[in-house]
Amino acid sequence: MSEKKIIRVVLAKPGLDGHDRGAKVIARALRDAGMEVIYTGLRQTPEQIVTTVEQEDADVLMLSILSGAHNYLFPRIMELLKERGITDILVLGGGIIPDEDIPGLKQIGIKEIFGPGTELKTIIDCIHSNLAQANKV
Amino acid sequence: MADNKEKIAEALKSWNEKTQKVLAKNPERKAQFETLSEIPINRLYTPLDIEHIDYLEEIGFPGQYPFVRGVQNTMHRGRLWTMRQYAGFGSAEDTNKRFRYLLEQGQTGLSVAFDLPTQIGYDSDHPLSVGEVGKVGVAIDSVRDMAVLFDQIPLDQVSTSMTINSPAAVITAMYLALADKSNISFDKLRGTIQNDVLKEYIARGTYIFPPHIALRITTNIIEYCAKNMPQWNSISISGYHMREAGCTATQEVAFTLANGITYVQSVINAGLKVDEFAPRLSFFFSAHLDFFEEIAKYRAARRLWAKIMKERFKAQDPRSWMLRYHVQTAGCSLTAQQPLLNILRTGFEALSAVLGGCQSLHTNSYDEALALPSEQAVQIALRTQQIIAYEIGVTETVDPLGGSYYVEYLTDKIESDAEQYIKKIDEMGGMVTAIESGYVQQEIAHSAYEYQKKVESKERIVVGMNKFQIKEPPPTGLLKVDMSVGERQAEKLKVLRAERDNQAVLRCLEDVKRAAKDEKENLMPPILEAVKAEATLGEICDALREVFGEYVGGTSY
Repeated sequence: MSEKKIIRVVLAKPGLDGHDRGAKVIARALRDAGMEVIYTGLRQTPEQIVTTVEQEDADVLMLSILSGAHNYLFPRIMELLKERGITDILVLGGGIIPDEDIPGLKQIGIKEIFGPGTELKTIIDCIHSNLAQANKV
Repeated sequence: MADNKEKIAEALKSWNEKTQKVLAKNPERKAQFETLSEIPINRLYTPLDIEHIDYLEEIGFPGQYPFVRGVQNTMHRGRLWTMRQYAGFGSAEDTNKRFRYLLEQGQTGLSVAFDLPTQIGYDSDHPLSVGEVGKVGVAIDSVRDMAVLFDQIPLDQVSTSMTINSPAAVITAMYLALADKSNISFDKLRGTIQNDVLKEYIARGTYIFPPHIALRITTNIIEYCAKNMPQWNSISISGYHMREAGCTATQEVAFTLANGITYVQSVINAGLKVDEFAPRLSFFFSAHLDFFEEIAKYRAARRLWAKIMKERFKAQDPRSWMLRYHVQTAGCSLTAQQPLLNILRTGFEALSAVLGGCQSLHTNSYDEALALPSEQAVQIALRTQQIIAYEIGVTETVDPLGGSYYVEYLTDKIESDAEQYIKKIDEMGGMVTAIESGYVQQEIAHSAYEYQKKVESKERIVVGMNKFQIKEPPPTGLLKVDMSVGERQAEKLKVLRAERDNQAVLRCLEDVKRAAKDEKENLMPPILEAVKAEATLGEICDALREVFGEYVGGTSY
């Protein structure tokens, strides 16, 4: 059997908010689930985030935001990914994001938005199943 | 007493034997019981569990050292706590309207929430501000916005708390400039500036400058307030955000007081005597869900701080020994699922804050796991405090839980565990070193992860979220912040820059930089002049960035 590829995840905090409890808990959970997690730290611009994704050759980009600026920042990040030709990446979002904003965010290519109370297992399963579909693992 | 102790021990032994028989037939719900912060809980507490605690020395009377039972003699019989709802969103006009609504509803103090660009020292038209203006608080760019924010609110008649840290000097200066314009002398101003930068690096994230620089600015503000604003709390040393980030009750006490020690030492190093400023230090804690643990936490924090101030810093003024504090109920305990249940969670948390002896309180709104609070949700949150204050009788005697074997035991336990942590931090070289090494952040991240694992394994039940779930329609009536705030703020800045004396602004900014370079100078006077000349918050912070550089946050988890 060939060696299983280790999933590489960039976990980013776009925007100015400092709420990183959720991001850090998820980082630990994904690490414990055998993934390689790169946490960007706070206050990352869309440009910085996309550059990290490029440099780290990430399979997954997770965006955590609780400030309410998602409708500006998420589309900007998706745009930049496209511009730089990064199309085969799974993008997930999380934080305080009103239900009514979710369809719009999914339409621009964010696969799933996780709100407060989401189980870590749900996130891990989501990554596995999406990457399996894309034949990445 | 000794005789009595033996009798109790004997009776307890026999009770334990009988209980074993009961347990053989009917085991308890769990093999082990523990508090939210993982302190083991015994089946029963008796006088034996607190016999080592000397009442006169360690508990004493309210209003007297070591203040376990409260900082005033009559506590809430004399005066109720200040009901202070944290509010701010959109433009200064929007928030001014919310403030006046809250005052009409019987709120007794104001509490300003600033948006993130303001908290990080960027003007609303800065590239990094796009999408963030007016989102989590009010956007304040210049003293003009500040004037709108407090329109028709007499500054000498309200007490105002402002949650601002890295740019605290600028916002304080704007408030002073406003008072000056209305001919109100600085000694009439009552309120609090959060000004607690250390916890920004640990948990809250709105840092600008490197920690040791931020500490200098904080120290400058405390010193300035001590000399000019005798009724103003020059800092609110905050455990709240660390608790929200996931730390335990014990860590909350330990890290908060360790930060407090750092500030006190820093102001003493700057040349002030401890009793010249310590009476105006204030604190800010969370009220989480574990009812008794929270009450014990406040009592423990008061005793430990009193000892630190008296023994470590040799303060002599009893007011310097007092830990006075604001409480906010725990935002992290709110659920997005079945959000109306949050009214009850908040109510229980608020009750623990009151029974613990708080001086002021913010109750969260039930919709805050979903959005900024709507007006209706804020009203219920305020009414919750009013029910506790006027209807249920808990305010009619001082420290009603004092003497509870369990609460006194927990008080003692939290105090001694927190003391151990502080000792460890002292040995590491103090809080700034502990922060720079990432130690405190790691401790908190660890606690947060452990807690989450317990929720996932259902060892900890969150009603409506991991048990008793229902299918529910999407929430309605949530507050939406007008997206055009950013554009309107940018427009106002354009007008401001056209109308003001730009030469004067430049001179003032040069003066700020000059003061920044001289460690011995207090930054407050030049910043006050700059604010009066209508320099913007972003311009003043940029001038400081030029001299001080910026802090880059950590990426470990």
